[in-house]
Amino acid sequence: MIDRAGEKIESIVPHEGPGVRINARPADGFLPDEPRGILQCENVDVYYGSFRAVTGVDLKFGLHEITALIGPSGCGKSTLLRSLNRMNDLVDGARVEGRVLFDGEDIYGSKVDAIEVRRRIGMVFQKPNPFPKSIYDNIAYGPRVTGMRVDSMDDLVEEALTKAALWGEVKDKLKQSAYSLSGGQQQRLCIARTIAVKPDVILMDEPCSALDPIATVRIEDLMHELRREYTIVIVTHNMQQAARVADRTAFFTAFADEGTGDRTGVLVEFGKTTQIFEHPTDQRTEDYISGRFG
Amino acid sequence: MTTAVSAGGPATTPDRPTPHTEPASRFAGRPRYGELVIRLLLRIAAAVTVVTTVGILIALAIPSIGFFAEVPVLEFLFGTRWAPRFADASFGVVPLVTATAWTTLLALLVAVPLGLGAAIFLAEYASPRLRKVLKPILEILAGIPTVVYGFFALQFMQTTVFRDWANLPTGAFSVLAAGLVMGVMIVPTIASISEDSMSAVPQAMRQGSAALGANRMQTTLRVVFPAALSGIVAAMVLGVSRAVGETMIVAIAAGNQARLVANPLEAGQTMTGFIANAALGDSRVGSIEYDTLFAVGLLLFLITLLINFISIRFVRRFREAY
Amino acid sequence: MRTLGGTIDGAIRPERPLASGTNGERRPAPLTFLVLLWLSLVVAFGVLVTLIVTIIIDGQGQFTGRLLSEYPASSPDRAGARPAILGSAWVIATTAIMTIPLGIAAAVHLEEFADKRNWFNRMIELNVQNLAAVPSIVYGLLALAFLSLLGVRDKNIVIGGALALSLLILPVIIIATREALRAVPTEIREGSLALGATQWQTTWRQTLPSAVPGIATGSILALSRALGEAAPLLVLGALVFVSFDPSGILSGYTTLPIQIFNWTGRPQEGFHQLAAATSVLLLGVLVLMNGLAIYIRNRFQKRW
Repeated sequence: MIDRAGEKIESIVPHEGPGVRINARPADGFLPDEPRGILQCENVDVYYGSFRAVTGVDLKFGLHEITALIGPSGCGKSTLLRSLNRMNDLVDGARVEGRVLFDGEDIYGSKVDAIEVRRRIGMVFQKPNPFPKSIYDNIAYGPRVTGMRVDSMDDLVEEALTKAALWGEVKDKLKQSAYSLSGGQQQRLCIARTIAVKPDVILMDEPCSALDPIATVRIEDLMHELRREYTIVIVTHNMQQAARVADRTAFFTAFADEGTGDRTGVLVEFGKTTQIFEHPTDQRTEDYISGRFG
Repeated sequence: MTTAVSAGGPATTPDRPTPHTEPASRFAGRPRYGELVIRLLLRIAAAVTVVTTVGILIALAIPSIGFFAEVPVLEFLFGTRWAPRFADASFGVVPLVTATAWTTLLALLVAVPLGLGAAIFLAEYASPRLRKVLKPILEILAGIPTVVYGFFALQFMQTTVFRDWANLPTGAFSVLAAGLVMGVMIVPTIASISEDSMSAVPQAMRQGSAALGANRMQTTLRVVFPAALSGIVAAMVLGVSRAVGETMIVAIAAGNQARLVANPLEAGQTMTGFIANAALGDSRVGSIEYDTLFAVGLLLFLITLLINFISIRFVRRFREAY
Repeated sequence: MRTLGGTIDGAIRPERPLASGTNGERRPAPLTFLVLLWLSLVVAFGVLVTLIVTIIIDGQGQFTGRLLSEYPASSPDRAGARPAILGSAWVIATTAIMTIPLGIAAAVHLEEFADKRNWFNRMIELNVQNLAAVPSIVYGLLALAFLSLLGVRDKNIVIGGALALSLLILPVIIIATREALRAVPTEIREGSLALGATQWQTTWRQTLPSAVPGIATGSILALSRALGEAAPLLVLGALVFVSFDPSGILSGYTTLPIQIFNWTGRPQEGFHQLAAATSVLLLGVLVLMNGLAIYIRNRFQKRW
């Protein structure tokens, strides 16, 4: 059923020519009302030491959907994103309460290997962060360190770069340093690098905030292509971006704790993107969307 | 200093002759003589460093010319018997060079693994609090005088450990004791510089690697280490040049017999050990003994210069701009 | 070719379960690696602790007031390090006066005034890096040659030793000062220049004062290095029997490291104990100096 939906999505995604920008988001008719959650938050709180950054999040990320997390800065959306693949483990004092389920299994379970979690749930960062290696080695790095059995690394690299819409631009300079690429190309390289380890979910933390508008458009197009095979969660500051790319949108905001004055993020509203942007049910969402606040 | 600056102020400013072809600019500056004098003084101070280098070259070269007038360069470089004070004097520097090579090699065998291990631990594994304690200790340890290391090498390493405890077939002195302790001496240098260089690798690299499913060891060895390579190599090269130039440890613990060292348990005299030892005897300026000091010094200087140039080139070539 | 992305049919690929019971950080390779790291740390610190403990044990019999008040003697029971302590103080003070202003001035030139494209300035930079790696004993040879050139007969004089040590630590001070200056934000300089201050006024009134903690730290560390240094002084003939207090920059002298070297080379056990006790004294002074330097850095260094 889902792959059928995938086909339909493919059929309506136009392969656009240069300079043509079409809103590629599929019509809502193809979206089930409830997301088929491959990844799911159940009453999640994230703490840094005693500081509670985000609290009480219940959220389902649908298979083969793009879910956008939006909200004013400091609302905990990036923090939440980083708790979805245990990147927060690398931060001293960070702690998650509640459950994050991946395909029904709690990724914070006592026997779970955080490294395997990150292999299955990849991440693309705000600033492109290619390794100081060649383009080829950047892609090959993940399969090598995770011990993937690969018949032909060359093929794998080509495939990952092709899927990230970068192959044509770099196929003649695979041995060159990744730093020879432009910012937008570097970010697509980071996406290709993530794809190469065959994750199920790709988390994107404001992937376009360091890029110019043209590079941003290319990444957004790429996200639509990728959605056919991967589940994507994107944090974005840019509401237009959320409206352009996301199937569903979750709006977060922060409230100040009365005692400490610490600002803690909460999920306000979650739904199909059209619903969030056109008929928000919560006044705070409407204020934010219409630019009255945030 | 402020008076020097105000010397260029209005009161003392002579009228500046304006070229008659152009109208005077409203921004025509007054000459600031104080400023110029200060700049000149600063420039002279910086030039002192160049004078030092030139001085070293001249100081080493002139007696060396006298030396090589009596001893052919090839005999010096390839001769295998070093006996400058004997009646049948012989000036083959090879024994000194082999002893230096032994102590340097032994020192690196100790210092590179220990220094890198400590650096990786501090940069990649230690909590900020632990690092805050360990780093200053490391810096203080780097400041232990080499004469104290020399005492330790002779009294503890050679006498107590090698002879009394291990019953090794060794005499009063050994290249091994000097080299190993020299390695310990270099550990803080290598650890500290390598750690700086690994800490300078952006956190984004580690996160990117972790997000692909790499563990800490993989991230360290495959991302951080290569990215910090230029600094790490620079640290090791600095370690080499410190080992080659180290004097007191070898003067105390390696012995004073200049001979080809085949076994590290033997005593041996390094280039620096010879200079230190020969300088104890009073050599008349211009005598062959006096000139010999400088010829060996010149060789030592050229070796460290070469090592250092290799290091600088390597660092330039492989420096990463993240 | 294998296809990427496992969720083609909507089913998650049944591969390694997340909860495999194995932890990626606890597999044999990373565990061994971590053990090796710990080991290297333990060995390095262990040897250094051993060093300190053994010299304290060796020297404990000689920690008496005599060590501070008496002159060297032919019997270890009557010998002390008084001239060495005073000699070290004289040499280090002279070195500090000669080299700190010079080093700061050179660093200010390189960092604040020098045109980086000028070949002369680039050569100075390269040269400073090189000088920092020149073996200390070579500085002794330089001073020896210089004093010979001046026709100085007895080269074991305070100013001679201070000359060698000054040139030895000059690059260290220059490098530390440059780093301290570089840490001062450009905005501060621009703010001053925009008010019409000259470049030197800006340096003297804004940049240098902000860099003082860094410069002080670097200078103290450099001086502590000079204090522990023996090789260049050995070349200048400092290994002599000194049974008088140094009285000026042209006076003969010996220093603590040289005295330690001297006693280490004697056959009698009593002198070895004296050497150990003197080493502890020297180490104590050095730890105090380094501790002070680190304290200044942590306490006064501004975070921009």
